[in-house]
Amino acid sequence: MAALLLHMRETTRFLSRGGVFAWIGLVLLAAIVLVALFAPLIAPYDPLEQDIVNRLLPPSPEFWLGTDSYGSDVLSRIIYGARISLFVGLISILIAMTIGTALGVLSGYIGGRFDAFVMAVVDLMLSFPSLLLGMLVAAVLGASLENLIIAIAITEIAPFVRLARAPTLVLKEQEFVQAARSVGCGHGRIMRVHILPNLISEILVMGSLWMATAIRTEASLSFIGLGVKPPIATWGGMIREGFENILEAWWLAVFPSVFVFLTVLALNLIGDGLRDATDPKLRQRD
Amino acid sequence: MRYALKRILLGVPTLLAMFTAIFVIIRVVPGDAAAVILGDQASATALEALRVELGLNQPLSQQYLGFLGGLLQGDLGTSLVTKRPVLEEALRVLPNTLELAAASIIVGLALGMPLGIYAAVHRNAWPDYVGRLFSLVGLSLPAFVSGILLLLAFAIQLRWFPVIGTSQGGGLRERFLGVALPALNLGIIMSAYVARVTRSSMLSTLGEDYVRTARAKGVGPSTLVLRHVLTNSLMPIITVVGLYFGTLIGNSVLTEIVFNRPGLGRLILGALNTRDYTLLQGLMIIFASFVVLANLLTDLAYAAVDPRIRTA
Repeated sequence: MAALLLHMRETTRFLSRGGVFAWIGLVLLAAIVLVALFAPLIAPYDPLEQDIVNRLLPPSPEFWLGTDSYGSDVLSRIIYGARISLFVGLISILIAMTIGTALGVLSGYIGGRFDAFVMAVVDLMLSFPSLLLGMLVAAVLGASLENLIIAIAITEIAPFVRLARAPTLVLKEQEFVQAARSVGCGHGRIMRVHILPNLISEILVMGSLWMATAIRTEASLSFIGLGVKPPIATWGGMIREGFENILEAWWLAVFPSVFVFLTVLALNLIGDGLRDATDPKLRQRD
Repeated sequence: MRYALKRILLGVPTLLAMFTAIFVIIRVVPGDAAAVILGDQASATALEALRVELGLNQPLSQQYLGFLGGLLQGDLGTSLVTKRPVLEEALRVLPNTLELAAASIIVGLALGMPLGIYAAVHRNAWPDYVGRLFSLVGLSLPAFVSGILLLLAFAIQLRWFPVIGTSQGGGLRERFLGVALPALNLGIIMSAYVARVTRSSMLSTLGEDYVRTARAKGVGPSTLVLRHVLTNSLMPIITVVGLYFGTLIGNSVLTEIVFNRPGLGRLILGALNTRDYTLLQGLMIIFASFVVLANLLTDLAYAAVDPRIRTA
């Protein structure tokens, strides 16, 4: 909770610094989140309803963004698809963040051979193309919502290990940590209470940037056919379907693409602004 | 030369670790891999035959040794679907993939570096903001999204380029037209990364004392920027190009799918759709080797740019 409050303070500070781009990102993301939350109220049609008579209709006053090859309303499917994209992005990044941070703190704190081993694995994971790793894991596990989340989470653990380990190496030598140890704090408590809060804001800032990557990866895997199976509406899956009909119905691929782009852009704008606001080097120079 | 040799030897354990990881991931298929590949309707004899073919009836340690032994002899196994050696399948389309990768790195650098330099020199003026917005847009575009948009605009609407990138056969003109749009797609995304790091690297070099000295003794602005600042800002740019290589591989897979271009990416899609696990494994090994090779080249490029590394 304290960490979250700290994060909030950081957020308001960066907003007061008036990064225009970051503001745009925040408004954009808020809009998309609201659309996802209130999907049943906003969507004009049932996203799964098929209507063969009205298939492949171009955008019109009745179907704003047209209909797909099953006659489903594209706008409604995009609105429901927002739920999957945001959910997968959020959950996978939370998993990656939790495991990665825990491993990073542990690795930096323990040091020695354990640290060397963890860092070797992390370097390996970082150098292997993350999309291919995601493809490999998703293909081996089979296509489903849970497996998609696991695959994306695995591709994003490594950067968080790095991010948590570096400050831990510095923090564990600090006097307040020695003081804590001298009054009898156990190692677990030192890591949890004295080290973790000092690096969590940095982790959360990077979280928003990596969530952008997570959503991009989700869309990419769904586009390849390794995502949640149709008829459930996902942006990547819709683009895949639209791509198959691209010569007759351009709207099928274009509109979900725009939404993927806007969501990733919003998260990147926010993450960039947060990073600038929290980076002391940049603050001095500006 | 000694440095290069040392660096090459360092790549061997990395490669071995990657190969092992790929082997392990492929083997954790839940349940019986043979049943996954053949489906529920397969007969017991067919399942058993496939198990023998895949070597699944052997103990894991033996499978692993056989796998490594095969790799040493350049044997990546046989595709389950086409029954042809994986290496042969890959080598057939490899030139297409390499051509695309080379073309997109050229586009990425040719577009990204001038943008970054211009933005750094005009810091906090409108070219800088436009450049940063461009970078963010580039970073936010999944490769298949930008690919589809380019395809729609330039191949389907304007008809400047062929819809299907047939780079096989044909004259130089067809080849160029085939690679242009996919390379542009990958290059634009890469230039976003390059422009961003060029800008920040240039900015930190511009603040150095020797730049002020050079300016004071009357070095002209273009010589100053290109000779004194840029050459000393190259290291981070090389780092980004090296690091970007992994992303480039992932993006080129998506791009090849969108532009329907024969290449390793299309092979991967085929392997996924037909559950051809040996082909999948072989392709992953080829990609892993490329990554290690790219890391090696990056380190050698460091040494070429910075003499301190060579002698250390």
